[in-house]
Amino acid sequence: MTSKLCQKLKSNEFIITAELFPPKGVDVEDLLRRADLIGSLVDGINVTDNQRASMRLGSLATCRLLKEKGYEPILQMACRDRNRIALQSDLLSAYVLGIENVLIISGDHNSIGEYKDAKPVYDLDSTQLLKAARTLESGVDMAGKKLKGSPRFCLGAVVNPTADPIELQIMMMEKKINAGAVFFQTQPVYDIEQYKIFLEKTKHLNTKIMPGVILLKSAQFIKIMAGLPGVNIPKAAVERIEKAKDPLKEGINICAEMIRELRKCADGVHIMAIGLEEYIPEILEKSK
Amino acid sequence: MIITTSKPFSEILSNIKSYKRIFVVGCAACAAKCQTGGEEQVKNMIEELKKENKEVTGFIVLDTPCDMRIVKKDLAKLPEVKRSEALLVLACGGGVQAIEKIVDKPLLPALDPVFVGSIERIGVYNEFCSICGQCIIDSTGGICPVARCAKSLMNGPCGGAVNGKCEVDPELDCAWVLIYNKLNKINKKENIFKVFMEPRKHSKPKKLDNSRKL
Ligand code: SF4
Ligand code: SF4
Repeated sequence: MTSKLCQKLKSNEFIITAELFPPKGVDVEDLLRRADLIGSLVDGINVTDNQRASMRLGSLATCRLLKEKGYEPILQMACRDRNRIALQSDLLSAYVLGIENVLIISGDHNSIGEYKDAKPVYDLDSTQLLKAARTLESGVDMAGKKLKGSPRFCLGAVVNPTADPIELQIMMMEKKINAGAVFFQTQPVYDIEQYKIFLEKTKHLNTKIMPGVILLKSAQFIKIMAGLPGVNIPKAAVERIEKAKDPLKEGINICAEMIRELRKCADGVHIMAIGLEEYIPEILEKSK
Repeated sequence: MIITTSKPFSEILSNIKSYKRIFVVGCAACAAKCQTGGEEQVKNMIEELKKENKEVTGFIVLDTPCDMRIVKKDLAKLPEVKRSEALLVLACGGGVQAIEKIVDKPLLPALDPVFVGSIERIGVYNEFCSICGQCIIDSTGGICPVARCAKSLMNGPCGGAVNGKCEVDPELDCAWVLIYNKLNKINKKENIFKVFMEPRKHSKPKKLDNSRKL
């Protein structure tokens, strides 16, 4: 593994990643502008894969665009839309396009997105896809056929530190590590104490975890978020936003405070600004 | 059991519009239990057809329309069938197609088969098995992740469950939380969480040809 992110994961430094959504359409100007704002401040930019089961510009093409600008993309790959042939093929494609960081997820089910009638694929689950990627590295594919040149990846997976029972999530992490994951990014974390407990419980796993933090920009936004899978926003944060004169500013403060706390205990942070990436520099500055 | 739902009558009407003389076939097995194709539903259907000025040549509720031997014995030779233009079949697709093998008449399905279900009570059916061809529930506490996890995840849950409910439907239990709780209860947690579950075989190893001689 040679990617910049991979090198950084081996150090003891605080790792910062952020997330960008490809556009619905082919106009990438705005996306690249956002990338320019954060590219040099973060160690990796996740590019989502048709997130929330909406149809968008592909993660792979977008990652390549970021790569060409000198940034460090993390290709998100969901198991939802492709079978094992397409998934392995896309992994090879990623490698030849210079993309080694891959975050493997199962992907939001299409029945909660824009394509309720589509066929959900899930031919492999995320653990199986991690293992498939490592199999490709070993010079053969899942069918046992020899590859002409094998790829190298820096593989990540996700975990939800707020899920209950948490033991179940930790067991999953262990499985994913055994299958090949070397880092984890998480669903948004809002409660630092809860996260510390999670860290304590995962210490023995000896892996790198970048907890997600989300920019809560308005009360309306919180309402929408609260309806999404795996999202559990605590009352205290909701009240702060609701009572604030300038909710966005309060959201930035909450986000920065969270990162400041995480700098003391976590391996890094994964910032989800959901369209407001221009505030990431301010958030990071305030979090120091 | 094969769970079926009745097609909207408007759809049935539109499908049979070019036929006048209709013979109606019911199913005394699954469709009768589902109350979609038993004697009562067949009789109701006949009433509706008559209201639409169709001539119902006759009807029969076969024990198991999905068994070609029964179709041959009880249906094929009926003179009413011979003088009908089409057969309206209140059975699953397996039933309709068993009849197709024996009877050379236009066949019109009146039901939509939806899944293989375990019955809780009338009207409440659980989709516990999607007949994947390779049963693995020995290692998952007798609870099937293929059929009951919305994503058919084999190695554990996604991050989407909230309070034990699945991300696709807050009414639906997350299969993996169920599996976890069950394995915990019977002290068999190690079963699944230490073992890597291989990708599923969609090739259905027992399928020898289209007629699946087992
Ligand atoms: S694994 Fe699940 S879907 Fe497959 S046969 Fe067993 S119960 Fe049915
Ligand atoms: S929430 Fe549970 S049942 Fe639903 S898709 Fe995720 S793991 Fe499967």
